Amino acid sequence: MTDQATHIETTSGNRGLQFEEALIFELDSPGSTAVDLEPPAHDKDRLGGLRRKGSIGLPGLSEPEVVRHYTRLSQKNYSIDTGFYPLGSCTMKHNPRLNEKMARLPGLGDIHPFQPESTVQGAYRLMDTLATWLKELTGLPAVALSPAAGAHGELCGLMAIRAAHQAAGNDHRMVVLVPESAHGTNPATAAICGYSVESIPGNGEGRVDLDALKSRLGPDVAAVMITNPNTCGLFENEARTIADAVHAAGAYFYMDGANFNAIVGRVTLSELGVDAMHINLHKTFSTPHGGGGPGAGPTVLSEALAPFAPVPFLVHDSNGFHMAEHAGDKDAPQSFGRMKGYHGQFGVFVRALSYMMSLGKDGLRKASGDAVLNANYLRVRLSEELTSSYEGICMHEALFDDRFLKGTGVSTLDFAKSMIDEGFHPPTMYFPLVVHGALLMEPTETESKATLDQYCESVLALARKAKRGDTASEFLSAPQLTPRRRLDETQAARKPVLRWKPEPLKHAAE
Amino acid sequence: MRYLPLTDADRGAMLSTIGVESVDALFAELPPTRPVFDLPDHKSEIEVERAMNVLARENVSCADVPSFLGAGNYRHHTPASLDHLMQRGEFLTAYTPYQPEISQGTLQTIFEFQSQVALMMDMEVANASMYDGATACAEAAAMACRVTKRNHVLMSGSVHPHYRDVTQTQLKHLGLKIECLAPDPIGIEDLIGRIDESLACVVVQNPGFFGQIKDLTPLADVCHTAGVLLVACVTEPVSLGLVMPPGAMGADIVVGEGQSLAGPASFGGPGVGLFATQEKFIRQMPGRLCGETVDADGRRGFVLTLSTREQHIRREKATSNICTNSGLIALAFTMHMTLLGEAGFARLAEVNHANAVTMAERLNDIAGVKVIPQTFFNEFAVSLPSAADTVVEDLVRKGVLGGVPVSRFYPQYEELNNILLVTATELTTEDDIDQLVSNLNKVL
Repeated sequence: MTDQATHIETTSGNRGLQFEEALIFELDSPGSTAVDLEPPAHDKDRLGGLRRKGSIGLPGLSEPEVVRHYTRLSQKNYSIDTGFYPLGSCTMKHNPRLNEKMARLPGLGDIHPFQPESTVQGAYRLMDTLATWLKELTGLPAVALSPAAGAHGELCGLMAIRAAHQAAGNDHRMVVLVPESAHGTNPATAAICGYSVESIPGNGEGRVDLDALKSRLGPDVAAVMITNPNTCGLFENEARTIADAVHAAGAYFYMDGANFNAIVGRVTLSELGVDAMHINLHKTFSTPHGGGGPGAGPTVLSEALAPFAPVPFLVHDSNGFHMAEHAGDKDAPQSFGRMKGYHGQFGVFVRALSYMMSLGKDGLRKASGDAVLNANYLRVRLSEELTSSYEGICMHEALFDDRFLKGTGVSTLDFAKSMIDEGFHPPTMYFPLVVHGALLMEPTETESKATLDQYCESVLALARKAKRGDTASEFLSAPQLTPRRRLDETQAARKPVLRWKPEPLKHAAE
Repeated sequence: MRYLPLTDADRGAMLSTIGVESVDALFAELPPTRPVFDLPDHKSEIEVERAMNVLARENVSCADVPSFLGAGNYRHHTPASLDHLMQRGEFLTAYTPYQPEISQGTLQTIFEFQSQVALMMDMEVANASMYDGATACAEAAAMACRVTKRNHVLMSGSVHPHYRDVTQTQLKHLGLKIECLAPDPIGIEDLIGRIDESLACVVVQNPGFFGQIKDLTPLADVCHTAGVLLVACVTEPVSLGLVMPPGAMGADIVVGEGQSLAGPASFGGPGVGLFATQEKFIRQMPGRLCGETVDADGRRGFVLTLSTREQHIRREKATSNICTNSGLIALAFTMHMTLLGEAGFARLAEVNHANAVTMAERLNDIAGVKVIPQTFFNEFAVSLPSAADTVVEDLVRKGVLGGVPVSRFYPQYEELNNILLVTATELTTEDDIDQLVSNLNKVL
């Protein structure tokens, strides 16, 4: 866009098809509603004098106004439906609409968690089928379906580990070892489970320092948490050795399965000595992330940990399925308790299972292959100008750092923001923390070669431009072609404005 | 393999760029385990639909029979435009808005959601959602302990049993004492006598698990005198259109489940956890927050903010480990609230209440059946002359989903065996109530 075009002012504030959109509170026509309901049949009340006083302060809009408001807002969003979203560690792959259609079948969407169990045997069978797939794909004998997200699944695994130690009289094991490169949820989860967290360094090649880990193992260690494939995009190829050392020290081996997408159908985790691992259904099995969730984090468990699994879980007997809902009763004597209301993220289960059935055993294996192929293709092609952080084959994400920007005056952030003007969602920035100025790219298996080539050409051109010099200010002012330019995050944090308030009309002119 | 765009020719070209012979060679570093994977191969779209339909038909859908189920999960009408809008790909297939310049759609809806939730609860601020009501309750109790630097949580008998269980599980290793009182329609007076300066918070629910609505003001006053925070749970947010909100009665933290206004029950998940509190506590509040700011041109925009409390910065010192939230369900909630607006929301609540009052009168006329709470919104406990779980099974055979037996949650309390929870919403018709009453008369 030319400078002239950038500076065109319009009366409406709209810029062609880029619409300004007010808050619903500013679109208020008092008394309007987009939902017509028949009046109540009578006005008898049983409220005991506790009727709400005064108005709530919610705005009123008609249906066309609401539809336009949210349609316009949707257009201010980047999404996997609109473009390439190589956000490392987040696994932004295509979300098939078949999954949505299946979740909306009345017999799956419109069922209540407390219907008599005889009326929901299909739902139970669906959950059991999902559990079977997850157990087969990992080789582990048990799975807790109810965790609501990856971090919730971590908590599930650590709670089971803690319960197992307690049952064995090992209350003195109060340390969890977590590598430096781990997701921040790992240490946070361990802390919520009451453990103290100790960091294990990397070995300079992007993997856990085996000697450092072994030398720290001891009678006070409850568990080791390893992300595998790890956040540097590498497979922890010493996993079996780590597991053996951990077990020999009397601790449990937790594997963070957030990156399971890379290895589905290619390795049996039970043979690596894994005791617990969560699986982010929303990532590996393509349920939509929806701007932040919902997710689902079922956690597979080894024989040793299975008795401590949270309620609810399914029990199958001659009458069909029933749900064990109470920790401590005959179906769940050693369960560590309940983690979530009702039966877990059932709507996510339906979507994930639809996806698993669509791809099947052969397709899932092909998918992990293509995910790793795509990542390595990016690694090699982009290495022409960017600096790859580690040598050799990567798994499903390629990690670069900011060495290629040295002396250009362009930061990782500036570089990433400039990709937006090229029409791409930037990669994950500054993570993992162990790499300076990291750019973590995860293409996933649902991108075509043509998309990857187009992306590579844009990124390489940007890198060459940065290296040519005298363009730092261009990068600094990116993005230019978006509904908003760089936002002042410092002001947002220093003077938090977290909701609309009726007075005063601060933005009346907008 | 309809989801995988690479052709064999593409793969060949890419492998030669990489300098590797085959895709399998990329996995050479993996240990040589022997995957068994006794699973079926890929299926066509038609085959998947067929298999899922078989499972769906093994269930009785609440759409097909009169249904009076509640207990924290409610069936309401979903406006057609709601499901259409939330399925727009730009919302559905976006991630957490880490790049605000190209995520203003999600961010503005979160800001609107936070504003709506705060207003409904009559609180100062709300976050961008939690996993569900039960986990939000646990987070609220933990936050109260951080704020007060005390470690004793008292949960009343009015709180949903799952909320109690989840709070006990989630907090059990933090050195906190979680005390749950016997299940009971809110005993405000009983609770007041137990408030003292050892408590971090007391957790109540309004309307309570048994349907009772109560004035929390006297309890809040006693709590505040003793430096105790009042945490209030709301499992039926539609009630907030008619009933005085917890914030107006002095609650310090209000949590709840938003599923009622965010689409179908979906067998209980996913839901959307609501979390609201006072401004002075925002740095102790778990979960994501969206804040208003300006861009480089001075135009209003929105960003995720105050993330210094979160796991990716504070790691083991984070306020909570929550990362993924319920973004899409929160979006559905905010869209539904916008469609309703002030007038529609109030009307929705009135219709729910009127239908429940009608149902209560009809049930009270049945010999041996007694509505327990004097005050309620759209759900209440009834006492039956025989075991509620058996009655419910008998009603199913008559084609009626007749409510939730309390014994499902509290099998250890025999005195609750005859108690049934029943709910009426705007979807409940006179004919539905007729069918419930006439069939109850037959099976009792």
